[in-house]
Amino acid sequence: MARYTPPEQGKAGQIFDIAVVVVTIFVALWLPLKLGLAGAAKSIDALDAKTWEALGQNATMASIWGKLGYTPETAHDVIQNRFHYVTDWPTLIVMAIVLIAYFVFLFRASDREYREVINEKFNDK
Amino acid sequence: MTAAVDTVGTTASGDRVSLLRVLGPAHVWALGVGIVLVGEFTGWNFSADKGGSLAALIVCWVVGLLYTSVAMIDSEVTSTVAAAGGQYAQAKHIVGPLMAFNVALFLVFAYTMLEVSDAILLGDTIVAKAGVDGLTHNSFIAATIVVLAWLNYRGVLMTLNVNFVITAIAYVSIVILFFSVSPWTQGAVLKLNELVTPGNALPYGWIGVIAAFQFGIWYYLGIEGTTQAAEEVRSPARSLPYGTMAGMITLLIAAAMTWYVCASLMPWEYLGITPYPLWDAGKLTGSPLLENLLFVATLLAALASANGCINDAARAWFSLGRDRYLPSWFSAVHPKYRTPYRSILFLLPIALAFAFIADLNQAITFSILSGVLQYTFMSINIMMFRRKWPLGSIRRGYTHPFHPLPAIVLFCLCVVTYFAIFLGFGSQLIAMVAFYFLISLWFHFYRYKFVRRGDQFSMPWPKPQGY
Repeated sequence: MARYTPPEQGKAGQIFDIAVVVVTIFVALWLPLKLGLAGAAKSIDALDAKTWEALGQNATMASIWGKLGYTPETAHDVIQNRFHYVTDWPTLIVMAIVLIAYFVFLFRASDREYREVINEKFNDK
Repeated sequence: MTAAVDTVGTTASGDRVSLLRVLGPAHVWALGVGIVLVGEFTGWNFSADKGGSLAALIVCWVVGLLYTSVAMIDSEVTSTVAAAGGQYAQAKHIVGPLMAFNVALFLVFAYTMLEVSDAILLGDTIVAKAGVDGLTHNSFIAATIVVLAWLNYRGVLMTLNVNFVITAIAYVSIVILFFSVSPWTQGAVLKLNELVTPGNALPYGWIGVIAAFQFGIWYYLGIEGTTQAAEEVRSPARSLPYGTMAGMITLLIAAAMTWYVCASLMPWEYLGITPYPLWDAGKLTGSPLLENLLFVATLLAALASANGCINDAARAWFSLGRDRYLPSWFSAVHPKYRTPYRSILFLLPIALAFAFIADLNQAITFSILSGVLQYTFMSINIMMFRRKWPLGSIRRGYTHPFHPLPAIVLFCLCVVTYFAIFLGFGSQLIAMVAFYFLISLWFHFYRYKFVRRGDQFSMPWPKPQGY
């Protein structure tokens, strides 16, 4: 196999590529944060009676909440802020397909590149 | 070409200089534990939020198994492929350039987001201690990231010597806390039986245990960072496995002590949301000495972790530049300090930007996601490594036992963790995978043309089987 000679990249090209990487980072990762799409999917199960008993706290727990500076009223939103684990199957299946497709692409495309590397390194021996 | 040549970068003036081989096993331990120990001071406890206190304990041990597999696999491959970039260099030699490019990005983002989390923790802790109205964490975050970047710019030996000292202090503080609360006696200080009851141990049932895997990763995330120092270690084949395994044992002990003390001192609902569980544990003992000790230790752990993260992320980015996977401008080594200074400086504003916009658990989730993607790669990578170069075909510094069991365990636990992240943080998972997919397409169809093919394989090994 003939030795591959890559093109030299000028300064403008390098700057452009750095910009592409930075933009991709911020669009894919920073934007979801900015738009509030990231973070825990929790919601508060509000209770009418805001007492330690209603909040499911025994005497020891209530005394510790007290040491931490909480009253039943202020602890309510902490204690009742819960995850609601419902498996959204269509979303889960889509996510699984995306993950599997990503890894399949990674390994297959890498293998094509790797064969070029090995062929050149070992001169097709 | 030998592995030694791989250590070479260029200065701005074009001179070829190498990274310095100055580190021993203690530095490797400090790099690994230093990055990870902050996980005991914040982050692991969010697993209690997702599944309750008992779920946090279960995942502590099960995820410990995941990381034991990581350490075993990593020790074998790294002691054989001893080059800067750690898993990046492994992927380059075993799977291929595109995988290597992705692995380097996994490393960069796992560490950069971990650095962001550390800086947020440090800022929040100082603000909470000060108790001054209107004081925000922004200036503390900025100071932390900038000062540590400067330390890393100045030199790896100084950086890791600092890490060794502050990591040791933070670790000792956990041990002191543990023995100060009479762990062998329930009722005096610790009240596990009254705080973790049959009614609240698993508030979400077993689905909560699965969900808790996400933050269970945080107990140990980053231990594999020891391999980033491969080119700067005097004896990689000895120091890397020794330092990594010692680090893993250290962390397992710290994680168990941390869970026991924290779950015995605060209700799971609070434990699951506090940014500083160990400092809170110190406060709840009623001892001002312990409270102040854990306050200082929280800051030190965050500093040590952020310090190690900058070190590792910059080296992974440097490796990408050196191999022209990214513009070669990043491959410059500082002529005086012999550090990858341009990579350090480039990642600095990215860390700052995320530190100012992300919450602690969002930053942690980004870091965890990159980590889990990397562990998935590692489980497949070791299978390919053994298939392409069976035992006896090349010299290995260390051969891990029970193959392929650790790889299978690791892969299965990664699948469970993806599902755990989906439970509650699905949008971030999709955003992160979309990012890696996009950037992979860019690399494969455009950027790869700048890469010298044969140079990607620098180890003095025979041709891999099957090629």
